[in-house]
Amino acid sequence: MTRGLATRLTAIGIVVAIVVLLGFTMTDYHRGLGARVGIYFIAILGLNILIGYTGQISIGHGAFMAIGGYTTAIMSNYHHTNLIATLPLAFAITFVCGVLVGIPSLRFRGVYLALATFALAVSVPQLPLKWSKWTGGSNGIRTHTTPGNTWLYEVTWACVGLAFVGAWLILRGRTGRAFRSIRDSEIAAASSGVSLPIYKTLAFGISAAFAGVAGSLFVLVTNGFAQPNEFGVTLSLQILIGAAVAGLGSLYGTIVGALFVGLLPELSSSAPLIGSSHGQDVVFGAIVILVMLLLPNGVAGLLHAIDSRVKSAIKSDPTAS
Amino acid sequence: MLGLTRKTKVSTGASLPVLAGLAAAAVFLLIGCLSSDTFAQQTVAGLSQGAIYGSLALALVLIYRATEVINFAQGEMAMATTYIAYQLTLWHVTYWLAFFLTIVIAFVLGVVVYGVLIRPVQHRSVIALVIVTVGMFILIDGLVTWKWGADLKFMAAPFGNQVYHAGGVAFSRQDLGVLLISILSVILLWVLFQFTKLGLAMRAAALRPAAAALVGVRVDWMLAVGWGLAAVLGAVAGLMTEPYVFLQPSMMQAILLYSFAAAVLGGLESPAGAVIGGLALGVFLNLFGQYAPRDIGSSELRLPVAFALLLVILLFKPTGLFGRKQVRRV
Repeated sequence: MTRGLATRLTAIGIVVAIVVLLGFTMTDYHRGLGARVGIYFIAILGLNILIGYTGQISIGHGAFMAIGGYTTAIMSNYHHTNLIATLPLAFAITFVCGVLVGIPSLRFRGVYLALATFALAVSVPQLPLKWSKWTGGSNGIRTHTTPGNTWLYEVTWACVGLAFVGAWLILRGRTGRAFRSIRDSEIAAASSGVSLPIYKTLAFGISAAFAGVAGSLFVLVTNGFAQPNEFGVTLSLQILIGAAVAGLGSLYGTIVGALFVGLLPELSSSAPLIGSSHGQDVVFGAIVILVMLLLPNGVAGLLHAIDSRVKSAIKSDPTAS
Repeated sequence: MLGLTRKTKVSTGASLPVLAGLAAAAVFLLIGCLSSDTFAQQTVAGLSQGAIYGSLALALVLIYRATEVINFAQGEMAMATTYIAYQLTLWHVTYWLAFFLTIVIAFVLGVVVYGVLIRPVQHRSVIALVIVTVGMFILIDGLVTWKWGADLKFMAAPFGNQVYHAGGVAFSRQDLGVLLISILSVILLWVLFQFTKLGLAMRAAALRPAAAALVGVRVDWMLAVGWGLAAVLGAVAGLMTEPYVFLQPSMMQAILLYSFAAAVLGGLESPAGAVIGGLALGVFLNLFGQYAPRDIGSSELRLPVAFALLLVILLFKPTGLFGRKQVRRV
């Protein structure tokens, strides 16, 4: 156990070191890209808490990102609020929204929940078009100030750190156990005294709040514009795919999912054969399907399998230890 | 034999109040059509739109009954097969020949998709299945855009542009043709399921896979045929949508969302419910857009209204109009 903890801490240390070092050495453009990866990290982490740990599927997290993003844009545009101050506000608002969505979702399970949250992903980006007086319609609404890429990189990865520690603290104790027991069997969880309504809505709230903060940062990284089509269904699907690639139920895998979703458009646009934005979709879809077919537990599951294979090899070897 | 009669009862198991409500709605529509020309026009247009929603919703229901998953890629599969028909017409195949060739191709595609992509993950979890279909969504979208480009393409109008006048009401030939073809394909499918040995085997494979396998039904093949037929329905829906929105990679996305709502309205398990749900939704949305106060009847809110409806149904009558209650075993 202590050895496991030590390796984990080392891994985290290495990632932190890489992030900090890259922050000093990268070009401005790549810092913007790095900030995007961090944003996907937060959103995927949030979705993973819901899907991977509580077993509730959501295809609607783009909707929460939209709510968070519009919170930041509107507060900054109308009230000139400090951009950093809008982040906790987005967190709080989307937490409440998540709980509100979580309450009716108590009645859905499986495919029905997927459909209901999909409805959310489709409907919410249409709403700013309707109330264009306050939200700027399809042109979007702009924040009062637009930060530079260095600022974005630092703030995003600071948020990533907070989110990761927060998620770890939530999931390691009583709450995390309750989440996992709901995932494994709702009936067993309820009969051992876990309140399904409380913990399911809580999971929805936390997960939505993470997505909300990611949405706020997302608006800032797209030049401070909150636009309806930025938060379309595709965004929801991307986050879901990121979580699947990372491995549902793995906090550490999230980084792989974030890198995949954040960097694939960039990498595939410069690849020789598929050098177009459509080729990127082909690669994206193909990889997702392959991952689901070949690695049911995502990249994290693969690493875990390799790890236990190595361990058992060491154990069976009498000369070792 | 006893088991069979029970199943037939289940598939048409709408409760009396639901049937009475539908009859009342039909009478209301009839009176409306007779008293107002605009109303009649909107109703016919709504019916032909609704027939498209209904046939795609039926495809979703077929797949849900066979593999217990919502196929999020259903619309994109339909779109891709429509592009295949377009390619055939480019090669100077006449429209209707291309139509039937496309149906054959769609069937094969559906079977292949099931065998290669769905079967391996079928018994894993709902989440895995949903993610695979989402992956298919993105993959097909990318492939089509890669091959044919994202710009609008035009096919010859299959029904011409004539407009018939009856009383003061104008009916476009296109609306009527779409309605006819969609309903015809649904009826053919119903005949297949209800009166042929293949249909019987498919129903058995979907309802009781283990028991069906014991009496010699090849369950995997039957489920694959189910996917194939769903792809055929999708192809018909795609070809019937094309005259309205023209050919573009995103042509079926909104339609798919409406057919989700239609399928849930009818009860995800019920084929008849899906078709009636589709027709009802098409008519309702058209009339709502025409007569609701401008604030909420505007076209931006067409999709959110459909989905608000979906949420309300899920919350208050999760089995839809024609579904039956499911009892879950611990």
